[in-house]
Amino acid sequence: MSVPSYSITAVNDADHRPELAARRQDFPILERCVRGQPLVYLDNAATTQKPRAVIEAMARYYRECNSNIHRGVHTLSQEATERFEEARVKVQRFIHAAHSHEIIFVRGTTEAINLVAQSYGRPQLKPKDEILITAMEHHSNIVPWQLLCEQTGAVLKAVPMNDAGELLLDEYVRLLGSRTRMLALTHVSNALGTINPIGEMIDHAHAHGVPVLVDGAQAVAHMPVDVQALDCDFYAFSSHKLFGPTGIGVLYGKTALLEAMPPYQGGGDMIKSVTLTKTQFNDLPYKFEAGTPHIAGAIGLGAALDYVQEIGFEPIGRHEHELLRYASDRVASLHGARIIGTAREKASVLSFVLDGIHPHDLGTVLDCQGIAIRTGHHCAMPVMERFHVPATARASFALYNTPGEADRLCAALRDAQRMLG
Amino acid sequence: MFDLRALYQEVIIDHNRHPRNCRRLDSADRIAEGYNPLCGDRLTVYVKVHEGVVEDVSFEGSGCAISVASASLMTEHIKGKTAHEVDQLFARFRSMVTDATPTEEGLGKLEVLAGVREFPARVKCATLAWHTLKSALSNEHSTVTTE
Ligand SMILES: Cc1ncc(COP(=O)(O)O)c(C=O)c1O
Repeated sequence: MSVPSYSITAVNDADHRPELAARRQDFPILERCVRGQPLVYLDNAATTQKPRAVIEAMARYYRECNSNIHRGVHTLSQEATERFEEARVKVQRFIHAAHSHEIIFVRGTTEAINLVAQSYGRPQLKPKDEILITAMEHHSNIVPWQLLCEQTGAVLKAVPMNDAGELLLDEYVRLLGSRTRMLALTHVSNALGTINPIGEMIDHAHAHGVPVLVDGAQAVAHMPVDVQALDCDFYAFSSHKLFGPTGIGVLYGKTALLEAMPPYQGGGDMIKSVTLTKTQFNDLPYKFEAGTPHIAGAIGLGAALDYVQEIGFEPIGRHEHELLRYASDRVASLHGARIIGTAREKASVLSFVLDGIHPHDLGTVLDCQGIAIRTGHHCAMPVMERFHVPATARASFALYNTPGEADRLCAALRDAQRMLG
Repeated sequence: MFDLRALYQEVIIDHNRHPRNCRRLDSADRIAEGYNPLCGDRLTVYVKVHEGVVEDVSFEGSGCAISVASASLMTEHIKGKTAHEVDQLFARFRSMVTDATPTEEGLGKLEVLAGVREFPARVKCATLAWHTLKSALSNEHSTVTTE
């Protein structure tokens, strides 16, 4: 397979780049062709590809020590338990949590947010209490709160944004009121790419005694996260957007909050003792991990964390930032192009529309050239409404993407314009 | 490169650029809205039925080239047909865009949409107008979605 070269004009050749280009070879899927062309995978905000290290860590678990965890005295079970718990410690270090019992394995960001809404929110919310989200949330950080509002009579409010896709911080401060019980916001917007100033916003919320959940789904593959420095109360992310497998994700929560919360689901593993009349719940984190978890998934996630940390977020961030700027300039120069989301602080997401061509048609034309982008509303319909578009085309980048791929994207967009414009 | 022209034939591109019967129909006695949440396509189909026959039909809305062209072609095709005939036509149309061994006969100009078969993700775009029409004819006054 030919790896698109880095010798593209207008990109300066920082010395980290050849090293990252070599990383492409770690991802077996990037060698395949789609419709006769080398795959250009630019749908990383939906899910990332998996490096060999992750695929193999999971296969190794199934080959060498597949068994259930926390249950058997036999050797396999102990080995499996060890690898599973090792993964928890890797997550703890990755997001700089104070304790490994603050790391709850869940199915993904969606489940993490639902867990907090139901276990933290539901027991204490009263009618007219307020939950604050923002205008740029993914549906998974809207709908769980709407359900909670229906259950409790609480009211959902949203921090608005400007035309660039940046939150209006004055409005935010105004909306934080004496009835606000929770702030839930995204670290990075999946539809716009905006990086929110969450540190500052968390400080503000805490000054009003409001706990904060951060949806980190789009952040963790692109920047280091330190939950203690941020001082967020909950942080949620999905493994599959971070080069790990689907079906596993993480809810981080501060010990005191998690301890005070009732379990989310009942079942095996989450109890200390059960009689038919009374159950004593297990300690953290097991209280929130009912049933057999995705053991291979957690192990795969651990391998993914090792993988990105070995490369380091400094070169990843620099590479993606330059790539985003390069691709944005090129797309913006196309006739009739409008970039949706032009915040000063952006990560890795290029959402756009082309005059007279529906994004869905763009998606098909690009697919015919082996280029995978996402088209549609990106599970953020309120964002589409805010920008008065039914849908956008979205190219989203990861550490293995190259300027050559951005060139192929733009060439294909020009083809689409010739054909459909 | 896969031959995109099999999907985006000239007729389709023409109907997307210049959709036929794309207006509100003030005399309509049946109206339905269709929505495809996957791509944000929205259509309203207006029908005037006289003595069991589609006397006039039009549509409004926004969408991708496939859904707009399909709606436009549909409105040209069904004038003068009974609801039963429209049902049969829709069944054959759906078979053309989804089945491996479709029965295309009798579809006339609608056959330009046969290329959709190669793009399963686009079938809903091609059938949105038809679903909406069907809902209008059965006088369901709700919004239909393709989900
Ligand atoms: C910002 C954001 N939040 C939440 C989610 C939901 O993640 P998952 O589907 O893995 O639960 C996504 C991904 O689609 C996302 O981009």
